[in-house]
Amino acid sequence: MAVPLSYSMRNLWKRRLTTVLTVSGMALVVFVFAAVLMMAEGLQKTLVDTGSYDNVVVVRKGSSSEVMSGIARLQASIVEMLPQMAIGPGGRRLVAKEVVILIALQKRGERKSSSHSNVVVRGVQESSLLLRPQVKLVSGRLFRPGSSEVIVGNSIAKGFKGVDLQGTLNWGMRRWTVVGVFDAGNTGFSSEIWGDADQVMQAFRRPVYSSILFRLRDPDAFEAAKKAVETDPRLTLEAKRETRYYLDQSEVMAKFLRILGMSLTVIFSIGAVIGAMITMYSAVANRIGEIGTMRALGFRRLSILAAFLAESLLLGFIGGIAGLFFASFMQLITVSTVNFQTFSELAFRFTLSGPIALQAMAFSLVMGLVGGLLPALRAARMKIVEALRAA
Amino acid sequence: MMLLKILFRNAFRNRLRSGLTIMGITVAILAFGLLRTVIDAWYAGVESASVSRLVTRNAISIIFQLPLAYREKIRQIEGVKHVSYGNWFGGVYIEEKNFFPNFCVEPKTYMTIYPEFVIAPGEMKAFLADRKGCVAGRKLAARFGWRIGDTITLKGTIYPGNWEFVLRGIYRGRDQTIDESQFFFHWDYLNETLKQASPQRADHVGFYIISVTRPDLSPEVALAIDSTFKNSLAETLTETEKAFNLGFIAMSGAIVTAIQMVSFVVILIIMAVVANTMAMTTRERIGDYAIMKTMGFGGGAIAMIIFGESLVIALTGSLAGMALTYPAAAAFGHSLSNYFPIFLVSRETLWLDLLAALLIAFCAAIIPTRHAIRVGIADGLRRIG
Repeated sequence: MAVPLSYSMRNLWKRRLTTVLTVSGMALVVFVFAAVLMMAEGLQKTLVDTGSYDNVVVVRKGSSSEVMSGIARLQASIVEMLPQMAIGPGGRRLVAKEVVILIALQKRGERKSSSHSNVVVRGVQESSLLLRPQVKLVSGRLFRPGSSEVIVGNSIAKGFKGVDLQGTLNWGMRRWTVVGVFDAGNTGFSSEIWGDADQVMQAFRRPVYSSILFRLRDPDAFEAAKKAVETDPRLTLEAKRETRYYLDQSEVMAKFLRILGMSLTVIFSIGAVIGAMITMYSAVANRIGEIGTMRALGFRRLSILAAFLAESLLLGFIGGIAGLFFASFMQLITVSTVNFQTFSELAFRFTLSGPIALQAMAFSLVMGLVGGLLPALRAARMKIVEALRAA
Repeated sequence: MMLLKILFRNAFRNRLRSGLTIMGITVAILAFGLLRTVIDAWYAGVESASVSRLVTRNAISIIFQLPLAYREKIRQIEGVKHVSYGNWFGGVYIEEKNFFPNFCVEPKTYMTIYPEFVIAPGEMKAFLADRKGCVAGRKLAARFGWRIGDTITLKGTIYPGNWEFVLRGIYRGRDQTIDESQFFFHWDYLNETLKQASPQRADHVGFYIISVTRPDLSPEVALAIDSTFKNSLAETLTETEKAFNLGFIAMSGAIVTAIQMVSFVVILIIMAVVANTMAMTTRERIGDYAIMKTMGFGGGAIAMIIFGESLVIALTGSLAGMALTYPAAAAFGHSLSNYFPIFLVSRETLWLDLLAALLIAFCAAIIPTRHAIRVGIADGLRRIG
């Protein structure tokens, strides 16, 4: 016969201070564990959502990001003629030749001159917007082609100085006016500034494109397009699916965050497990008499073991719930940091997903189990007579 | 003396519990120390940077270059001692995960401006004489087993193609804080190749490094350089090397802040554990305190005993943790040497460890002490176990 669960619950309630302290230790560990995973998840999700499966990015061979890449106009016009390209409204090919550069902008709210960050300026063409349906204008208007006007992503508008609507930026001996703010949802484009490709190329004296983006006529035509680009002796370019391209960019950072998070939580959990162990040992020590009585009443060793294990699992469970509860508030926070791989600013949000919640709960229960196992074994192995005498 | 004896006796009355608590503190202090060291390692480039060296780069951002012609103009500015220049090459050795910083520089002036890179005179001569020559740090050479005379091929990411170099020298750092994992080669090699392959990219440099005659002249010299090139196609931004390096760290500021916060969380976690131990200890000993009160000891004496016990446990654990930080940092630094070339435990970290231990001890003892002082004598005596 099993000892009722309410016995374990009542015990926790009886020693509230101890329970609260143990649970809060565990909750903090779960919080850190979940928060770091959420950060890695948010980063990856942002970059993966940035790309769409039907789009293909062409960059110079060996370049891991658009900033490093360069495509001469001649090469660009060869790529433009690929037969695998989709045709958009008005019978025009859905292809955008873009130029990507980095500029140093000052962050809002920091006065030190060194707190610059690198922001992507993307020179785009009309078709760029058709190729990226995620991008929507939220205020102001689009830039006029051929003018020194730009539109900025909402993460940039929020985080940096001088990029509000009607703000002006000075680059390349020209004054650029911000005429619109766009929202690209949870994608990397929200951290970019967009202007007319030809104007940007002129201003920065960069006579080459950085990348060519096009939509496939048929999603399966990718291999053919890739082969056409990479085997053409006139081209030194490579083609990637847009999703793959952005996933590659998040790899180093996400891996770094995951390793950091894992090693931290493993170390931290030692502390929390010890906390649970101390609590459970003292729970056992305080209740020797009770254990003896229960054994005398006919409860088996296994039932006693189960009762104490249940108690420590309960500790872990409450700790896990509390930790997740606080971690879920982290979703309101947007982090903005430099992606090591592209060297440019990227804003992303902590994202709590089902698997992360499950992992965190499982982790918390394991902490409870490990912490409670030795004390529960001690309780179960007590001899009836000695236990009764000790009381 | 008597008090100390009582404190130790009390602290180790329940050996198992105290042992576990001390172990927990040891782990926590170890984690705290390692995290602080990670942050220090992040800032290592700033610490070793000099304020008497200036870095000039394109004002738009570091991906834009400056004309080589600026060199002579900078040299004319008063207070400038030496001018060197170079480019970030960004080459990949075999695979991307083999990352190490590689630059092409004007070797003669660069090595004069950076006396902390120590290189044997014979090797230096061989390096200068060979345009395809390169110099690698001691740690970097050891990592890939390079020997002098080896041919090294880097795959260019910014400058396409495969680039071959001959290792002519291995530099050492003047002391432990110098990064020994960098790779330098002749700027001329890059430039001459670019002249043939893509002439419009040639004769441009990524950055100028300038040494000034007196460190206190740095701000004026920086200002003079920037105003010389104001309103030109390539405006410049000149900062001290320290500020320049700090700028890079400010970019990844969110991550540094996260690590910093996490290092405090571990202290909170262990605080909860120690507070739990102290709560149990006092709960068991309420009878003792009641007897002490009956004998005439005041609340102060009881508080001292509880705080002292907490302190004994916390300090024992943290001393063990501090002692373990050194071997752990050595092992950790070894496996992460690609990310953090400098990984040293600073004295400041040890002081912070100690401070954390004191904080843990005091915070953990507050609630139990209040409880012990408040309990009435009769109540305390009535309670058993």
